[in-house]
Amino acid sequence: MKSAAIAPGDVTRYGLGLAAPLALVFAVFFIAPLAQLFYLSLHNDAVATVWGLGQYVKFLTDPFSLSVLGATLLLGAEVTLLCLVLGYPIAWLHQRAGHWLQTVIILIVLLPLLTSVVVRTFAWIVILGRQGIINSTLQSLGLISTPLRMLYTQGGLVVALAQVQMPLMVLPLITAIGRIDTNLADASASLGAGHWRTFFRVILPLSMPGIIAGCTLTYAAAITAFITQSLVGGGQMLFMPMYLYQQASTLQNWPFAAAISIIFLVAVLAIVALFSTLGRRARINGDAT
Amino acid sequence: MSRKQHNLEALSFHIAMTVIAVLALALVVAPSLVVVIVSFTSGFSLKFPPPGYSLRWYVELWNAWQLQFAARNSLVVALWATGLSILLGVAAALAISRSKSVSARVLDSLFMSPLVLPALAFGLAALMFFSLIGLPVSLLTLIIGHTIVCVPYVVRNTVAALAQLEPTLLESSAILGASRLYTFRRIVLPLIRPGIISGAFIAFMSSFDNVPVSLFLRDAATDMLPIRMWQDLEGKLDVTIAALSSILIIATVALMALMERTTGLSKRLAG
Repeated sequence: MKSAAIAPGDVTRYGLGLAAPLALVFAVFFIAPLAQLFYLSLHNDAVATVWGLGQYVKFLTDPFSLSVLGATLLLGAEVTLLCLVLGYPIAWLHQRAGHWLQTVIILIVLLPLLTSVVVRTFAWIVILGRQGIINSTLQSLGLISTPLRMLYTQGGLVVALAQVQMPLMVLPLITAIGRIDTNLADASASLGAGHWRTFFRVILPLSMPGIIAGCTLTYAAAITAFITQSLVGGGQMLFMPMYLYQQASTLQNWPFAAAISIIFLVAVLAIVALFSTLGRRARINGDAT
Repeated sequence: MSRKQHNLEALSFHIAMTVIAVLALALVVAPSLVVVIVSFTSGFSLKFPPPGYSLRWYVELWNAWQLQFAARNSLVVALWATGLSILLGVAAALAISRSKSVSARVLDSLFMSPLVLPALAFGLAALMFFSLIGLPVSLLTLIIGHTIVCVPYVVRNTVAALAQLEPTLLESSAILGASRLYTFRRIVLPLIRPGIISGAFIAFMSSFDNVPVSLFLRDAATDMLPIRMWQDLEGKLDVTIAALSSILIIATVALMALMERTTGLSKRLAG
């Protein structure tokens, strides 16, 4: 079977059989567990004997559960938007920079990607805390008398998550902007368009594939960022990952936790599908005009 | 548009973009710098700027056996998961890289899917699965779980390196009478090695840093560093964690510099 797919004399290819060990590992330790998760979610009782959609009905008719899902999806949207607004100029600067500066920018952007997420989150606790850098600066300048509350707020969480996920937005943007023919911007300028107009009408639409890819990665990462959500958000704000963890670990309610996982998984896949549809449409429109 | 207006317009655009870019870059770096500075505090709190400087929290780290125990476990699991990812991932990448068949495309999507799916859902699924087949949580279950979520990085980087490989090189080697294994060892492997190494580097870092899978697959006997740190931080804001974080940041920067020199990491990830 392995050699049937390729001509025996073709030395530039390797047989598909080389993928068999990893495929086997995935079948046993990835697909089977997810299938079991799905199976468990289709049961109404805790010991998984009564079939039914009870867990899903319970989630979808419970205002609290729905509000957790809504808050999570909204959080992802806010973080993604902030990452895009801050990340795009970084990618733009990278495109115009010299070789040395380009390397520095990439390494700066990579640093948070490769630093432990607990460390990154911990840094935000130090910055946003009551005695943190922002509060102590504002107090020493006499702008405020009592410390502002920034930790455990939605705003603080969005900024922290944006910093943590920034590389995922910037790297695809850099790739996309690098592929744009620089003659197009020159042509736009010589036809009389200003820089702002050229940016919004030429550069931005042409980099749409990068924007879509960056947004997809950032969104998916932001809504599943368990550690940052729990440490910077605090106990007051509940999002899907913590909800799932509480149901599974603390309450041992496995079928309901399984249903939450499936709903969360479907929500993430739906968002990814939505973004990739937008991406395809953007590319078609880009070709047509 | 007059020339003067035009210049003003160009200036406003460049200033706006550069200012936002510099602020954003500062935002990206600042937290790591703040942690490193705070870790040298002589005080008992995370006050910034610190009241004085000392190495006391690094000394404290010397006695933090729980953190050391967790760090050792994390290191063992990350090394095993990376090794398995290289073995399985490079073989799989060779198989799917030049193939346009449907089964190769399907396998490619399958191997990449752990990157998109919420890892927490997989962690829970893995825990349920292991308890179903009667395998208690241990370093072994952690290694299996980590391999699943780390192998995509090796596959992706190796496939990218293979895509740049000239097929004519392999043909010439064969014409000159080299066996496939010899060609692989002497031609293919040296050329794709930087791709494999950078994939393995990212796989190692993401295993060492993994939370969602470890959360479900570890217990007190197999404590993992990110989880230990997280639980310590939930309880109290400990300056020891700042010292540890600072060490991790410096280690990461050193590894990144090494990778940049040996494999051109920055080009590879943004090329």
